Amino acid sequence: MNAAEFETIVVETDLLILGGGMAACGAAFEAAHWAAKNNMKVTLVDKAAMERSGAVAMGLSAINLYLGLKDGNNTVEDYVTYVKNDLMGIARQDLVANIARHVDSSVHLFEKWGLPIWKDDDGKYVKEGRWQIMIHGEAYKNIVSEAAKTALRELGDNGEYFERVFITEPIMEGGRCVGAAGFSVREKKFYIFKAKAVLDTMGGAVHIFRPRSVGEGLGRSWYPPFNSGASAYFTLKSGAEMTCQEVRFVPVRFKDSYGPVGAWFLLFKSKATNAKGEEYMVTRAGELDKWAPYGQTKPTPTNLRNLLMLKEVEEGNGPIYMHTEDAIRELLVDIPDEKEARRKLKELESEAWEDFLDMTISQALNWASHNIMPEETPSEIAATEPYFISSHSGASGAWVSGPEDLAPSDYFFGYGNMTTVNGLFAAGDASGASSHKFSSGSFTEGRISGKAAIAFCVDNPDMPVISDERIAELKEMTFKPLEIFDEHKDYSNDPDVNPNFIKPRMFMFRLQKIMDEYAGGASVGFRTSKALLEKGLEFLNLMKEDSSKLAASDANELMRCWENVHRMWQAESHIRTIMFREETRWPGYYSRTDFPEMKADWEVFANCKWDPETGEWEMIKREVVDL
Amino acid sequence: MFVLVTNYLINMPSFVINEKCDGCKAQDKTACQYICPNDLMVLDKETNKAYNQAVDMCWECYSCVKICPNQAIEVRGYADFMPLGAVVQPLRSTDTIMWSVRFRNKQVKRFKFPIRTIPEGTLESNGGFSEGNADLKSQNLRTEPDSLGTDLFTK
Repeated sequence: MNAAEFETIVVETDLLILGGGMAACGAAFEAAHWAAKNNMKVTLVDKAAMERSGAVAMGLSAINLYLGLKDGNNTVEDYVTYVKNDLMGIARQDLVANIARHVDSSVHLFEKWGLPIWKDDDGKYVKEGRWQIMIHGEAYKNIVSEAAKTALRELGDNGEYFERVFITEPIMEGGRCVGAAGFSVREKKFYIFKAKAVLDTMGGAVHIFRPRSVGEGLGRSWYPPFNSGASAYFTLKSGAEMTCQEVRFVPVRFKDSYGPVGAWFLLFKSKATNAKGEEYMVTRAGELDKWAPYGQTKPTPTNLRNLLMLKEVEEGNGPIYMHTEDAIRELLVDIPDEKEARRKLKELESEAWEDFLDMTISQALNWASHNIMPEETPSEIAATEPYFISSHSGASGAWVSGPEDLAPSDYFFGYGNMTTVNGLFAAGDASGASSHKFSSGSFTEGRISGKAAIAFCVDNPDMPVISDERIAELKEMTFKPLEIFDEHKDYSNDPDVNPNFIKPRMFMFRLQKIMDEYAGGASVGFRTSKALLEKGLEFLNLMKEDSSKLAASDANELMRCWENVHRMWQAESHIRTIMFREETRWPGYYSRTDFPEMKADWEVFANCKWDPETGEWEMIKREVVDL
Repeated sequence: MFVLVTNYLINMPSFVINEKCDGCKAQDKTACQYICPNDLMVLDKETNKAYNQAVDMCWECYSCVKICPNQAIEVRGYADFMPLGAVVQPLRSTDTIMWSVRFRNKQVKRFKFPIRTIPEGTLESNGGFSEGNADLKSQNLRTEPDSLGTDLFTK
């Protein structure tokens, strides 16, 4: 297989949406409406099939962001305060507020589109926690993608989507992002998408750090293995400023299968203890004072809850247990009638299993394979490996403009959710410092960006030009791994072992080993230092050189090559930003052993930027402005 | 990694039952190939059976299991941390999903949950809300304020 076999197809559009997950679907739904009014074309490109693509592919058991503004349940200000505290002061409050003020609208749309939301006897949504509502969400993504496809179809010839097309590279022209290059993993087609505005919604990044399971369980990452850093790569390579690239997320989940803990902690009021039965959130509460003022806020920030648990593990007090059996007993204690108690137990059992079956089926399989009945046996919980996911309790992504009416002047540059690169927008896991948006907020941020990007197209009506030379260059670059394999494959008797190239699988393992051992992965207790990071960067630079020798024997492996190039860039920006921030601010995510404390003068955004002209990295501090 | 031969007989975590898989006869691609979010399912043209080409990249999301028209795909839990013997198998209809959970000790539990409240293919993109009359430069999004149920928050 080689580049010449791939037909070049140039697609012209007004708004190009890259990705097919929640943010992309929100963007398609919203942009279609504004495109119809302004005679614009919208094109969406997904690496998979939209009905099961992205982080919600498997479904979800809860929507983690719903304010209930119409019923006066919460205020936008409350939510902003919660997010700011959870991220130890580092949040773009204008972005968080913007998502929060629109998100209920998205949830109400989901319900109308057919998503079953749990209701109480008064017809109100059943709350899991203050911001979370329970859903029967097995088909959540099917439903939301159906709405996005319907909206695009309603645009007629001006709405289209491509599936199984993998985006490799941004296309720049005079400092403006004017499109993207990619290829089909199904047909021999090379795509050049030419657009007036480009929206990056290609998800977060997994498999950058070595996972705890490295056999078959390698694929059982908490966040999906197909989210491979495409978003960060795209904005970095465009020269966009990035923010919070150090703010990884390390979730604590049911051990090994990484089933959700939210329903157990919030809905069932379950407690976690060490092996001695000590509730570490109580016995170690004193530790939180060290992280004031955020250590004292309620709820305790996610990373600090991790920290207290990690200390137990460090001191050999594991296993750590989620006491599901105690939680269920407590919930039944006030029901004296035996028949009623049995009925309630049945209901709780069903809710507990649905929580896994809706979103982490593997955890149900794990319970069944260990003969675990949650009403009888506690289950182990553990910290996973680090992920890059700004829609949850991490924050890494592009530095984007806030909304005109809420953003401080330094945070506003022309169009909501536009990056520092003209014409390039970012949403969902692609935009940074607006944590806790989750599925509903990512969809909402997609809507905000989709509308703003259409406004950009109206204001910049000329179709950009991409030269034939540039197209030829991009094509050569995209298919180089196929050429390398073709050229050298007959030299050795093993398609994977050859001194002339490296296959993407081992390339990924090499990256994971560097990141785990030098950049504070799970195997070193999430600890690192300047000396370790410098060593890691040295090895990463060698990897970068070797990336020109990545080899692929088919289209699937070609995609794996590119996924790992994308991961490598996410990794580099992570190392550089951790090194830049000389303090420890999120100790349950990572700690700097050479700077073990939080410092007031580091209550700022640590941003970074790669210059496409010079190839140099620039590190930037940006002020945190309170709304 | 060893050279990949068509070893669908032993491929897991999601695996294909030879007897039941008919390669989605006469279709241009199999249902599992169409749906897998990680592009793992492949059709072996010689045997006309599908297989999972990289089992350790499988998220166990069950998208292939749910979509298979012949119920030819099951999941055997990751062997590096799950003891043998358990099966979790769905049966998905148009509006509900029924799960059978068989434990290692042979106990079986069944659960049934709704998956959607209106039939697939019938949704209205605006959800029946008023599209609103905001302009392109305003902060209101499509269907707001109707879909919000209240006025949009501003400073």
